[in-house]
Amino acid sequence: MQQKAGPNSDQTGQTSDSSPEPPFESGGARQEDQKPRYAPSGGLLGRAFALIDRNLAYVLPAPAAIVILLLMGYPFFYTVSLSLQRVNVTMTRFTFVGAENLLEVLTADARFLSAFWITLYFTVASLMLELVLAMIMALVMNRTFRGLGVIRTLFLLPLVATPTATSVIWLIMMEPSIGILNYFLEAVGLPPSLWVAGERSVVPSLVWINTWHGVPFVMLILLAGLRSLPTEPFEAARIDGASKLQEFFLITLPLLKGAIVVAMLFRAIDTLKVFDAIWIMTAGGPGRRSETLHIYSYLTAFEFYDLGYGSAVILVFMVIILVISAVLIRLRQRAWL
Amino acid sequence: MNRPYLKPMGMRKTRQIQDFIFWIILSIFLVFFLFIFFWMFVSSFKPNLLIVSDPPVWFFIPTLAHYGEVFARNPFARYLFNSLTIAVSSVGLSLVVGLPAAYSIAKYKQDGLALALLVVRMLPGITFLVPLFIVYKRLGLLDTHAGIVITHILTVLPLIMWVMIGFFEDVPSELLDAALIDGCSQLGTMIRVMIPLSLPGITAVAILSFISSWNNFIFVLILGGSKTMTLPLAVYNFLTYGQVNWGALCAAATVVTLPVLLLALVVQRFLAGGLTMGAIKG
Repeated sequence: MQQKAGPNSDQTGQTSDSSPEPPFESGGARQEDQKPRYAPSGGLLGRAFALIDRNLAYVLPAPAAIVILLLMGYPFFYTVSLSLQRVNVTMTRFTFVGAENLLEVLTADARFLSAFWITLYFTVASLMLELVLAMIMALVMNRTFRGLGVIRTLFLLPLVATPTATSVIWLIMMEPSIGILNYFLEAVGLPPSLWVAGERSVVPSLVWINTWHGVPFVMLILLAGLRSLPTEPFEAARIDGASKLQEFFLITLPLLKGAIVVAMLFRAIDTLKVFDAIWIMTAGGPGRRSETLHIYSYLTAFEFYDLGYGSAVILVFMVIILVISAVLIRLRQRAWL
Repeated sequence: MNRPYLKPMGMRKTRQIQDFIFWIILSIFLVFFLFIFFWMFVSSFKPNLLIVSDPPVWFFIPTLAHYGEVFARNPFARYLFNSLTIAVSSVGLSLVVGLPAAYSIAKYKQDGLALALLVVRMLPGITFLVPLFIVYKRLGLLDTHAGIVITHILTVLPLIMWVMIGFFEDVPSELLDAALIDGCSQLGTMIRVMIPLSLPGITAVAILSFISSWNNFIFVLILGGSKTMTLPLAVYNFLTYGQVNWGALCAAATVVTLPVLLLALVVQRFLAGGLTMGAIKG
């Protein structure tokens, strides 16, 4: 896919921009016209430069394409081929077993299935919570006030802070006996929680941490969306006597659909991939109650060193991410039409 | 509402009340989202005896003992150096390779390349890690700086390209046309017109990708070791090896997070735009 460095076919119709025509479309006199007028006056160097300059559409992306192919394309196909093999722990014997690994992952692996459901639960719960919280915050912040820039940046800190470090601090705060979160809970009269140490509370706790991390991003996108809304529908609604609630559900929400889907798309991709926080706080436990697909992939490949089976798990995990993303991208295209 | 001239005094009063409520709600949000940083910072100066006290102690005489432990008893200075060199070199290399490519994708509308990039951005790092692990083991690249930098390019390069495509598309093409008409070459247009015009965007994306490399954990967890230990892995090891010392853990976490938080505050003007641009334009 990447090696196709040239302009795409859908560009054929565009002749208005100043880009050089692809070599296979001779534009006749027009192309002569567009030649840059530095006019290399012969000489090998000048001609080489002219050659590069005329084929810039291939030259510029070439290094990046090579890097991506080498670092991502090659490992990808290597993973596919590994998923068809059995590899021993010392990585000295590779036996071809066909689709055996993949079939086992898809049909006979209860642990994979459980990881799939936990990942889905974790992702859907995070996204819902993030959307509601971010929407409330964006609505509150959708006005002009002094210090908007600084406050917006403060809200961004959870997004940029090192996940390893914040996970460690969350772990300390969620400590069941002396952690400060339980102190707060008891202070307002609620029963203490086991947080990530409890079988039932572990995923909700992780959802909360992921939400804390992701809300700022969603809020920024929704806020940008809110600020770009046209004012006319709101004026019309006010004249017609619509309540604030009606205004929100009947005008704001439908108009924001595009921004919402974009935010959810990016958060879904990130949430499906969450590794650091879960690995550091629970490593999949207690039991396997927080073992997501990413954790399970890591365990099979790099704790059990079952590289063949691990590759099969990773491959299926990857396909799941791509399918969910593709669905959301379709949705987004629909939302913007 | 529509006739403010009827009761101006009352209007001003409700306005003030609204402002007051607004700031209260905003403060609640801020405390809610930022408390963890406050707690991390405070605990890193708290004497060990007070850290584990219940109810929590809010006022105490600060101690630097935890930072002493972090820097004197552990080579944290070296971890810091590792984190810094790895982040700077992977961002630098990715900029050199990524900027021309992003420019080309934006200018020549190479949507196929953009799509490939999107797919790469979606995939988790672990997709590439098993083969890289095998190859690295054979080539002796495990636990080397070069090896870690290469893997960081995996995440940094797509990020840089993705954000910069959006940024380059926003530069009006008339400016480029003008340079071409004045006799500038295509390459010259990019170097002399596009890059200088996009400097704010490039700064933003460089900082963003620096943060992303700085925060990275899984690559160095799998492919790194004692020689390439970066700060996130060092903090993780603090947690898993030996007895857990909460004060030192908080100090270590502060050391990792503080540069990122300061960087975010310093470049706040660029940050919000950079973070969302890739998403909104996409």
